[in-house]
Amino acid sequence: MKILVPVKRVLDYNVKARVKADGSGIDLANVKMSMNPFDEIALEEAIRIKEKGNAEEIIAVSIGVQQNQETLRTALAMGADRAILVVATDDVHNDIEPLTVANILAAITLKEGPSLILCGKQAIDNDFNATAQMLSAKLKWSQATFASEIDVKDDIIRVTREVDGGLQTIDAKIPAVVSVDLRLNEPRYASLPNIMKAKRKPLEEINPADLGVEITQRLKVIETKEPDSREAGLILENIDQLVEKIQENVGG
Amino acid sequence: MHLYQPPLEDYNFILHHFLKIEKEDIEGYKDLSPEFTRPIFEEAGKLASEVISPSNKDGDEQGCKLENGIVRTPESFKLAFDKLRAGGWLSLDIEEEFGGQNLPLILSTVTNEMFTSANMSLTMYSGLSRGAYSAIFLHGSEDQKQMYLPKLANCEWTGTMNLTEPHCGTDLGLIRTKAILTENGSYEVSGQKIFISSGDHDLSENIIHLVLAKTPDAPEGVKGISLFVVPKFLVNDDGSLGERNKLSVGKIEKKMGIKGNATCVMNYDGATGYLVGEENKGLKAMFTMMNEARLGVGMQGLAQAEIAYQAALNYAKDRIQGRAIQGKANPDQSADPIIVHPDVRRNLMEQKSFIEGARGFIAWAAVLLDKAKRDGDKNAEGIASLLIPVIKGYVTDKGFEYTINAQQVFGGHGYIEEWGMSQYARDCRIAMIYEGTNGIQALDLVGRKLAMDGGKHMREYLKLVQNFIKEEHSKDFENDFIAPLKKSIEHLQAALLFFMENGLKNPLSAVSGATDFLHLVGLVSLGFIWSKKAQSAEEQLKNPLSDKNFLEAKILTGSYFMNRQLPETRLRLDKILTGEKQVMSLAANQF
Repeated sequence: MKILVPVKRVLDYNVKARVKADGSGIDLANVKMSMNPFDEIALEEAIRIKEKGNAEEIIAVSIGVQQNQETLRTALAMGADRAILVVATDDVHNDIEPLTVANILAAITLKEGPSLILCGKQAIDNDFNATAQMLSAKLKWSQATFASEIDVKDDIIRVTREVDGGLQTIDAKIPAVVSVDLRLNEPRYASLPNIMKAKRKPLEEINPADLGVEITQRLKVIETKEPDSREAGLILENIDQLVEKIQENVGG
Repeated sequence: MHLYQPPLEDYNFILHHFLKIEKEDIEGYKDLSPEFTRPIFEEAGKLASEVISPSNKDGDEQGCKLENGIVRTPESFKLAFDKLRAGGWLSLDIEEEFGGQNLPLILSTVTNEMFTSANMSLTMYSGLSRGAYSAIFLHGSEDQKQMYLPKLANCEWTGTMNLTEPHCGTDLGLIRTKAILTENGSYEVSGQKIFISSGDHDLSENIIHLVLAKTPDAPEGVKGISLFVVPKFLVNDDGSLGERNKLSVGKIEKKMGIKGNATCVMNYDGATGYLVGEENKGLKAMFTMMNEARLGVGMQGLAQAEIAYQAALNYAKDRIQGRAIQGKANPDQSADPIIVHPDVRRNLMEQKSFIEGARGFIAWAAVLLDKAKRDGDKNAEGIASLLIPVIKGYVTDKGFEYTINAQQVFGGHGYIEEWGMSQYARDCRIAMIYEGTNGIQALDLVGRKLAMDGGKHMREYLKLVQNFIKEEHSKDFENDFIAPLKKSIEHLQAALLFFMENGLKNPLSAVSGATDFLHLVGLVSLGFIWSKKAQSAEEQLKNPLSDKNFLEAKILTGSYFMNRQLPETRLRLDKILTGEKQVMSLAANQF
């Protein structure tokens, strides 16, 4: 079995996001970028499945700017066998929408023939949580989202899902698209020898046009705003004032 | 408690813009592009901040415990050390034939700084092992290499260096540990060694002690010292572990800092040891890796100053107290963050300008050592040898001073243990003492290194700085950087002249100013490094895609150093020029 793992390059989770002056999005110039943490978990799971002998090859895919190859090298260092970079834009601020990503991944899937696609449930930059669902629809494959436990047995994948107020376990027939949640595993640190080896693993670079996919923008960002800063509090003299304030604000 | 954040941008700037390492014609350097180094530093940095840094406090609070003859380290140390070992990080610059990656010293200098900032006590276990590896690699027999190096390479076994005894440290000619040849060619080693860092612990399955001892008919003094390898567990021919050797831990020293590293009294009671190299050549063998070891200790001073600065900077931005003199900076809140206050600023600028300068200085020295080791470049080796005592002495003196400064930013919160500032200060302190006290470093510089090879290396060093001064510079750069640099090098030359005129007929006059001279060279070196760094930042700013904010801050920080720290050279020179007059003026009984 081959496993495909799409990985997105996003603003590092440790970096404080700054809104661009024109409100069109987050400023990504000269800031630290890394692999979307949910995708890292998906990749870790793929590696574990392979280590258990249930998969032969892991292909990491990233869609975006040229620099995404850094993210792919990280994936290769962790344990992916080869990587495909789809250069879809030359501006890092240009976020490729879920539907386009799903179209590109569907085309790659047809070409590469994986039986399992493991991906993060969402990217921490735009939080869409849409690609996995769109992709499984496109491919007409089984779908399992928010996985917190995965077990592959022959052509069945058993997925424990994190749902509101509890867990749900389902069996999905392979081929399947599975999106993973935070608690599935703890990704490994790449070892130094593997980082060195990753430099020699194959990384293929293609364009959306090579896959017959057109990049379309259906969504328009109207405004991006930083959360309102907390206003200074009031210091009250006594309990009566507090009661008064509560009544004023709550009504009553 | 602050968790370490690796200064990745600064490493990138120093290695690829200031030093341009990928353009250096040194064996193994041409691969070192930013694309090559970035993933290595990112992953090492992640490990340092997420795994190693959280264990630091355990070392201080729990320390090491001697139980039934075995030293136990904190649980989190084992987890962190296992991750370092499993990731291959401890053999980064080890030869491939023994399982390492054979990457240059310039890269391990960076990763070591990160690991040391995150947890100095823990990183010492691998640091000492690296020393033992080098000693056996350079002087051991082929059998010894095959037996010990593959395991020492990645700290499956760790190493120690046993020099000091209760009555002698600096003057090793006085050692009393005995080694008696036995019939099977091994030796029986008996004696007591003290202050043995990483002397015993539970992080590895075997510990390889390198011990200095004297054979019965050895010549007096340092010419009669031999080096022995004495494993904790004897090693069978097939590499498996045999019986326990006749050596034990007398006690763990109670000490000021680095409490997570077991500093042991080691008792050798007829322990089986094997001669490394030739009899009576032990001291020389031990000192062949001195340059790298002292560079490593200098780096500890930098690493502690860095982590302390990170914590202080966060605190200064967070802690609100008082109002900015020029008007409220933060009108919505009841006070302004203390970073608005000029004295807090001054303090932070002192730290930042020292740390970034020292980082460049150490990186430059690492490149010189790589050039010496990989290309056999004698000139580079000479300049590095000249500067090593300066890096060890100046960077650890100042590293400690600025760790204390960082503590000061916290006010009373720096003095209580909760914030961790006290630990940084206590941990950092040892770097001024071990691997040759800083006083010994100053003597090494003035007494040996200046005169080495007829004074050639100091001349080469001066030439480097002077040639740089002579280059064409912009007017602003001339004012902010070149003018102060010029002044400082005049002070250095005046000090050298004083030594030349007085040193030979009256060595006391030169030696009395040794520490001031060490600092003088340290200051000039950082002035030189900052000027070069600022110049490359200026060049880079011409690229419209460059990070303007970062590069401008570099130039401004450099300018702070040149104009507010470098003038100290005048003070140092004035003190040097007094010779021994006041220093030696009292008779011992007048104290």
